[in-house]
Amino acid sequence: MFGKLSWDAIPFHDPIPLFTSLVVILALAALAIWVWRKGWWPYLWHQYITSTDHKKIGIMYIVLGLLMLVRGFSDAIMMRLQQSMAIGASQGYLPPEHYNQIFSAHGTIMIFFVAMPLVIGFMNFVVPLQLGVRDVAFPTMNNVSFWLTASGALLINVSLFVGEFARTGWLAYPPLSELRFSPGVGVDYYLVALQISGVGTILTAVNFVTTILKIRAPGMSYMRMPVFCWTSLASNLLILAAFPVLTVTLGLLMLDRYLGFHFFTNDGGGNSMLYMNLIWVWGHPEVYILILPAFGIYSEVAATFSGKPLFGYRSMVFATLAICIISFCVWLHHFFTMGAGADVNAVFGIASMIIAIPTGVKIFNWLFTMYGGRVRFSVPMHYLIGFMLTFVIGGLTGVLLAIPPVDFVVHNTLFLIAHFHQVIIGGVVFAIMAGYTYWFPKAFGFTLDERLGKAVFWCWFIGFHLAFMPLYVLGFWGGTRRLQHISDPSWAPWLHVALLGAVIIGVGIVLTVVQLLYSIRTRDQRRDVTGDPWDGRTLEWLTLSPPPHYNFAVLPDVHGEEAYWTRKQTAIKQVALIEEPDYQPIEMPVDTPTGVICAFFTSLCGFAVIWHIWWLAILGLIGAFAVLVWYAWRDEHEHLIPVGEVRKNARERRRIRMEHLHELSQST
Amino acid sequence: MRFGVLSALVLPLCACNRGIFDPVGPVAAAEKQILINSTAIMLAIIIPTMIATVAVAWWFRRGNAKATYRPDWEYSGAIELVVWGVPILTVMLLAGIAWIGSHDLEPSKPLKSDKPPLTVDVVSLDWKWLFIYPEQGIATVNRLVVPAGTPVNYRLTSATVWNVFWVPQMGTMIYTMPRMTTRLNLQADRPGIYDGLSGHFSGDGFPGMQFKAHVLPPQQFALWVQSARGSGQALDGRAYAELSKPTSYVKPTTYGAVAPGLFDAIVADRVPGTQLLPHNRPTTEQGAGHVR
Amino acid sequence: MTNEAATIGLTHGGSEDTGLGHRGPESKSIVVPYGFWLFVLSDMVLFSALFATYATLVLATDGGPTTNQLFDRNLVAIETIALLVSSFTCGLAIIAARRSNMVWAQAWLLVTGLLGAVFLSIELYEFAIMIGEGAGPQRSAFLSSFFTLVGCHGAHVTAGLLWIGTMMAQVWAKGFQPHIMRRLLCLSVFWHALDIIWVAIFTIVYLIGTLP
Repeated sequence: MFGKLSWDAIPFHDPIPLFTSLVVILALAALAIWVWRKGWWPYLWHQYITSTDHKKIGIMYIVLGLLMLVRGFSDAIMMRLQQSMAIGASQGYLPPEHYNQIFSAHGTIMIFFVAMPLVIGFMNFVVPLQLGVRDVAFPTMNNVSFWLTASGALLINVSLFVGEFARTGWLAYPPLSELRFSPGVGVDYYLVALQISGVGTILTAVNFVTTILKIRAPGMSYMRMPVFCWTSLASNLLILAAFPVLTVTLGLLMLDRYLGFHFFTNDGGGNSMLYMNLIWVWGHPEVYILILPAFGIYSEVAATFSGKPLFGYRSMVFATLAICIISFCVWLHHFFTMGAGADVNAVFGIASMIIAIPTGVKIFNWLFTMYGGRVRFSVPMHYLIGFMLTFVIGGLTGVLLAIPPVDFVVHNTLFLIAHFHQVIIGGVVFAIMAGYTYWFPKAFGFTLDERLGKAVFWCWFIGFHLAFMPLYVLGFWGGTRRLQHISDPSWAPWLHVALLGAVIIGVGIVLTVVQLLYSIRTRDQRRDVTGDPWDGRTLEWLTLSPPPHYNFAVLPDVHGEEAYWTRKQTAIKQVALIEEPDYQPIEMPVDTPTGVICAFFTSLCGFAVIWHIWWLAILGLIGAFAVLVWYAWRDEHEHLIPVGEVRKNARERRRIRMEHLHELSQST
Repeated sequence: MRFGVLSALVLPLCACNRGIFDPVGPVAAAEKQILINSTAIMLAIIIPTMIATVAVAWWFRRGNAKATYRPDWEYSGAIELVVWGVPILTVMLLAGIAWIGSHDLEPSKPLKSDKPPLTVDVVSLDWKWLFIYPEQGIATVNRLVVPAGTPVNYRLTSATVWNVFWVPQMGTMIYTMPRMTTRLNLQADRPGIYDGLSGHFSGDGFPGMQFKAHVLPPQQFALWVQSARGSGQALDGRAYAELSKPTSYVKPTTYGAVAPGLFDAIVADRVPGTQLLPHNRPTTEQGAGHVR
Repeated sequence: MTNEAATIGLTHGGSEDTGLGHRGPESKSIVVPYGFWLFVLSDMVLFSALFATYATLVLATDGGPTTNQLFDRNLVAIETIALLVSSFTCGLAIIAARRSNMVWAQAWLLVTGLLGAVFLSIELYEFAIMIGEGAGPQRSAFLSSFFTLVGCHGAHVTAGLLWIGTMMAQVWAKGFQPHIMRRLLCLSVFWHALDIIWVAIFTIVYLIGTLP
């Protein structure tokens, strides 16, 4: 009846997961009750959970990503604590079977459920606004994508309380992840959660490629799109081409584990090297899926806070597309030590280095964007400069790893760990924090506190360097990754410094929460009245903060590369806004619970598959299909926003803008 | 405690004198050299870039009246040329290093030497290392003994899951994979005892999968072979079955005789007298490395 | 416009003709099939990964049966004809739907579905025989990859049949409304794509596999 599921699956004898999951369950229940007592459920249901508004979905993605960041970070701090304790005679506080789950969960969560949702969240919020349109191409599918991602995240977290998580590392290499060596449900949790969220991610890519290529404001030609839109396009093209390979790879491993196939097994002619190749055909583009939108955020920040257009826009676009293509030709550099031969290693090594060229160009272009500018050291600019300083070193160590003979002595070591945290934290996380600060006022109508924001930046910047520079050193000493116990006592001081760094990052995360709460409390003093708090250059700053559901009363007519800046400068010069257009009623897609109900059935199905409860799995599948058919049967697709409401809001915006314009023209 | 503080002060100073920065053989020495050269080449670009980043950002800060504001300056062909040219030239240089280095240091390529190479077969087990000396007819567990100044030709495989064979001070690491054989050629010139380990996560007993590599002067190596041969247990099918049970932190042992063709039988997964073993929690042999 | 850009000093404002998009957002009749095409492309990538897997493992028979011992060209030829004809009838269904001809649209959709069912039955029959002979997917890596590649295509055909059934019900209940027509178009794109993949499977798996 319940497959492999029994009371033994609950970790009654393991205080750490038991206590943690009880606290999380109680906290969630308390939160739900509090929201219910406040009477906010209907608001949440209509405005967020069932919303097809790209801005709301973007915010939900970002909230999901930040929540999971806390989970992934607690894993990180547990690992750092274990490694700084379990040295020499001591075994620390985590036995191997628990420690191995933690590092596997840390990697899986940070990539799939922190970095991906955050990056996709920013795309969701920003891209349609920057393109000057009202929504993405497929608003309902957008909602479904989000809920599928959330469903995967849910399953990963359920593994904490029911059963176990994978003990195989975040890529679950066979044969270790095969049934013979990992008979528990941990790997199944990993596989099923990633398959479900992977479907969501592919749908997101379909949505965004269509949006960017087919839905843009009049006059917004390709070479006028903001760089963030370009990098989002490149990133989504990569998702479209890479994620199906992940689906296949994990699917084959599932067939091995569930049905006794022989893709990657030691017996039956299976070939574990095939998994290595397939997973990295996805895995290498994946890092560019994350870093390219980050580059886009930096480009927006650099131009805005330097008060200048981005230097070498065409170069930037070309570099982005070059990275997009080359990133598919380098996957073998993840296993130079497999013995593929000198020619193969050298070709892939050189291909990997070539990616450093467009990336280097980007660094120089941001540098020259600041050159001749009026640089404002706001929080996002801190992150940009911090990123430029950190990322070049990450690039250096990356190129070292791409040189096969060097990789032969640093592969799989703590040097590698330090390298990719340097590019992921220094690159992606800094961009996320910059974007969070930069677009927060657009989303909520008030800015975040600057002083606390800078404190958060310094925590990340200093904490990161303390946490990972020692790992470079340990890597040079022959320190390998994923050690639950360290034999060499001379590593101790370095590991203690690394722990200190992690704690400082933790302080930064706490301060982020403090900053948010403080900014909410003092929001009346920090209102963004004009909708353009940073003197922006792209179209999202044209509309009010927060924007109305339909973003723009009339789609802006785009002239020139920096659509909003051009318009603003003309307006300032003439002390007049453009002529009032003829307003029309606006059709917007209706909200729908399809996504959340569909994800409910999918989660049910996923959980059932993990525990071999086949009747429930079939039930879940039928449920999900039925919901889709039910949705397809609807008759009302759009609701009409009457022209009166559109006109009223637009005139209010024009009044505010006019006041602001007078202030501006007086000051200049 | 005092030792801890002291080592914290001293360690950064000797950081360059161990691990891959303290090579004991030609392969490791060449790899160290490539590492240092490439780092130097890249630092020559990166350090000025970092300084320029901070300097430009600071000089063009909003409050600086001396800096010229050029709000429309967004393109310069000459700068674009430099911006593309510098990384391209750097990468061309590094690509040359990578191409030559990959070919010179290809793990399967025999090393040049006037001495005939010694063959050692390496098997990664859960979770220990088995070293078979087919020419000498002996085998060791968790203790690699090689003669100084002699090239060693390793053939490697795994009996269970993937691992990486690595003695950092000797250089190149390589995967050991079940049902497959990889090849590695290394040489150690300086006698001594060096740390060896698995560099690829392989399950619960992984941190205990360490060994010592003893590099002996050739005569001492011959003596060691002589004393090992015939003494102690023989590594036949039954002994191998016993050995392949999952254990971790295993004390070094020596087998005085080895069933012929054992390595090939392990690669083919056809060792007589063994069956598929479940991948259980490790049992411990050594007090210091206690596994709960 | 160029004047305006010049007055505020944008050095290369670009002409109105650089790229598409000067007209503003495309209509739904363009956007929906475009998005579906992208989905089909990602599905093609999925299959190419399966083809790569098959190519890697085709010789890993582990002492078990090889391609030549297993495949029957004649059976596969009938299968192929059924699927190719179903693609044609699918096209006829779309033509009938464009003319808002309910009877013929339904009829051709039904024929398409039936041909798909014939294809699927033959495939399952072939699978059943192979498994009965002890050449199931657990026998060797080669057979694992064979069953997965061909089975994945079969799963797509099954999904297509479900979709055809749903669309027939929708067309019957709602008539040829624009959004129904868009879905019919997507369905036909999907069905033709399955055909293309089958041609690749037929060539790479069956034809090459039965070369003497």
